[in-house]
Amino acid sequence: MKRKTFLLFVGPSVFMMVLFIAAPLLSVLWQSFHVTQPVYERVEVETCTPGLLGSVCETSLKTRPILDESGKILTETAFVGFQSYRNVLEPEKLRAALKAGSWHEIMNIRFWSALRFTLVFTVLTLPLVLGTGFLIALAVNNTLQRIKGPVIFVSLLPFIITPVIGALSIRWLFIGDGILTAGLEWWLQKDIAMFAQAWTIELMIYIYRVWHVAPFAFVVFYAGLQTVNKDAVEAAIIDGATRWQRLRYVIVPHLMPLVIFLTLIHLMDAYRVFEEIVGFSASAHVISLQWLTYEFLLQDGTGARAISRASASAILTMIGIAVLLGPPLRRVWREQGRGGTLV
Amino acid sequence: MRMKSILLSGVLAATANFAAAHCHNDVPVKTISNAFPAYEIMTAAMQACGNVESELDKDHRLKIVDAFSANPSLYTMTSLTNSTSVPMIDADLLRPLDDLVAAHGGGLNKNQFIRIDGKIMAIAAFANTQHLMYREDILNDLGIAVPATWDEYIAAGEQIQAAGVVDYPIGHYTKDGWNLAFVFVNHYLGEGGEFFNADWTPSINNEKGLAVLERMAKLATLMDPEYLVSDTTFVTKQMQQGKIAMANLWASRAGAVNDPDESSVSGKVVMAAGLRGSERIASTIWWDGWAVAKNISDEEAEAAFKLIVASMTEEIVMENNDDAIWLAPGFVPGDAAKGAFATAAGDAPPYPMNKYIGSMHGALGSGLAAFMTGDKDAATTLADIEAAYVSDAKEKGLL
Repeated sequence: MKRKTFLLFVGPSVFMMVLFIAAPLLSVLWQSFHVTQPVYERVEVETCTPGLLGSVCETSLKTRPILDESGKILTETAFVGFQSYRNVLEPEKLRAALKAGSWHEIMNIRFWSALRFTLVFTVLTLPLVLGTGFLIALAVNNTLQRIKGPVIFVSLLPFIITPVIGALSIRWLFIGDGILTAGLEWWLQKDIAMFAQAWTIELMIYIYRVWHVAPFAFVVFYAGLQTVNKDAVEAAIIDGATRWQRLRYVIVPHLMPLVIFLTLIHLMDAYRVFEEIVGFSASAHVISLQWLTYEFLLQDGTGARAISRASASAILTMIGIAVLLGPPLRRVWREQGRGGTLV
Repeated sequence: MRMKSILLSGVLAATANFAAAHCHNDVPVKTISNAFPAYEIMTAAMQACGNVESELDKDHRLKIVDAFSANPSLYTMTSLTNSTSVPMIDADLLRPLDDLVAAHGGGLNKNQFIRIDGKIMAIAAFANTQHLMYREDILNDLGIAVPATWDEYIAAGEQIQAAGVVDYPIGHYTKDGWNLAFVFVNHYLGEGGEFFNADWTPSINNEKGLAVLERMAKLATLMDPEYLVSDTTFVTKQMQQGKIAMANLWASRAGAVNDPDESSVSGKVVMAAGLRGSERIASTIWWDGWAVAKNISDEEAEAAFKLIVASMTEEIVMENNDDAIWLAPGFVPGDAAKGAFATAAGDAPPYPMNKYIGSMHGALGSGLAAFMTGDKDAATTLADIEAAYVSDAKEKGLL
């Protein structure tokens, strides 16, 4: 392709990437090193509020933001270096916990407990998603042509459902006397409370995510299976290869680029786990890094948000994703170098 | 959420024909409000006047500051409480209503006005607080006296648990986050605690704070083990379905627990004063009402104000007497209001109207769950919450 044509094709995409990805990212990076605060004044304010038994008036010293001429809250911005990162990471507490050698204490620091869950979630669901997706793909590939359509449709359903809605519907199956909890209670003859302890909630979260994204892996693998070289498989059969050996030495190597593709996508998605925490009301027991960012962004009673800590937490999440993606990306890089293609 | 609110408002509009005769509205008005019976009644009355679109949302407080900062504002008016008024007034997002009150507000009670430095910034519709609701039949059967303090409440709960007449003796709004923090705030005030030192540094890591946590842990043993997902609506349903015997609940739900259309135990639930801590009643008094956006036209503001007045006429208040502790004229305190009045007549303080408690409430909301799940001991929990408050208040420029 000519250089000019190439640029014309790539141009709009690059422009969009800069506008919607690079620029916001830079702004988040900038905000994580700065703190913007309203300028406050202390003033005597008389407040009259309705009590049940008549108006109550009181005059008190209130901290109130100063407004500028246009009626906006006057703010000032200061460079704070790594302060927001320190506030998120709480290194002093971490050091103390490490010195005491107490895993429990480390887990009591919000960031590190969120990191623990996020990593376990990402690493644990990855093979399950790949495995389940692959099994469904093999199964569908081997079903009768006639029912393939409906089977594919049904297998895809969980992926079509909006994540929060999916999580909520599973929550309703289990919460309180939800039908599945009631069913389990009847079957096991004992009282079950799925939302009362961390491990049951975590388990539901893992199962939910695998249920939700395995169909994506299935579609990709299923497409891959259609491109397996039939001659190679026939040759293997003639050579006396068993079903397992054909799978192991012909089909799986052929699908390897897809495995890497799915791994990349899943690592990126799973590290940003968030909907499950909301859907399962898990925040009392387990939180994820993305939830932590959200919590900083949430308005408190003052109407203020902790933007700087939220930015720091977002940047840390991004660094985490970059670290996780390192190994599979290096592999792709090497294969590209050898002249292979990803997909 | 939006779709649901619209559908809900449609249903409400259909059922609320009682106010139709008294008002007529031509200017399109959009309201946002909390979602519970009193607001359903008022927004329905507004819609009966015509051209009103209502959004009822339990999380409305997270939306209103940004929505009202827009110019023009995304909503014409919002529901407001002592707590949510703080950021709205600080950012100067509400329109002073003195002129409109003079023109159209003749029928309102004087104590419905929220005045900041003499200017009327909001119109209160009803008061709200938290008080004891108990199943009279169960307490009578077991010969338990109506508890007046939290200690008696816990003792009564243990007796009911031993008798095994209900699934769980008590219900409480202890959902992780705002609710759980609110429980602490009330109890701490009930112990006579002060949240801050003179320089607004935190002071909750003390005997009173520890006593509150100890009590919260005890209460947890008497509740559904899934109590960390239990909000006010959850507790109301538990009561309606006869799963619990007692709850210290928002007065705004007193009508619902005895509503024969919703409740399987209607008529059996009796209201009593908020429970006492060791110093005073561990409940806070709230006002709930309406405020009008600043960034809208005068015409819209006038229409909005007329609708506010139309939503709390004597007729509406009398027709829905038991659904709220109305401050507007026409209210006759009945059985449902007994608990709230006993609470107010006692020594329950108002929920504080300042910025610092907002930051503290947030820090409590994300810090308390670790204690309830047993991950942290009480002293560490309180120390960590104090540290979280300090770093939050510093970042927000309050310290």
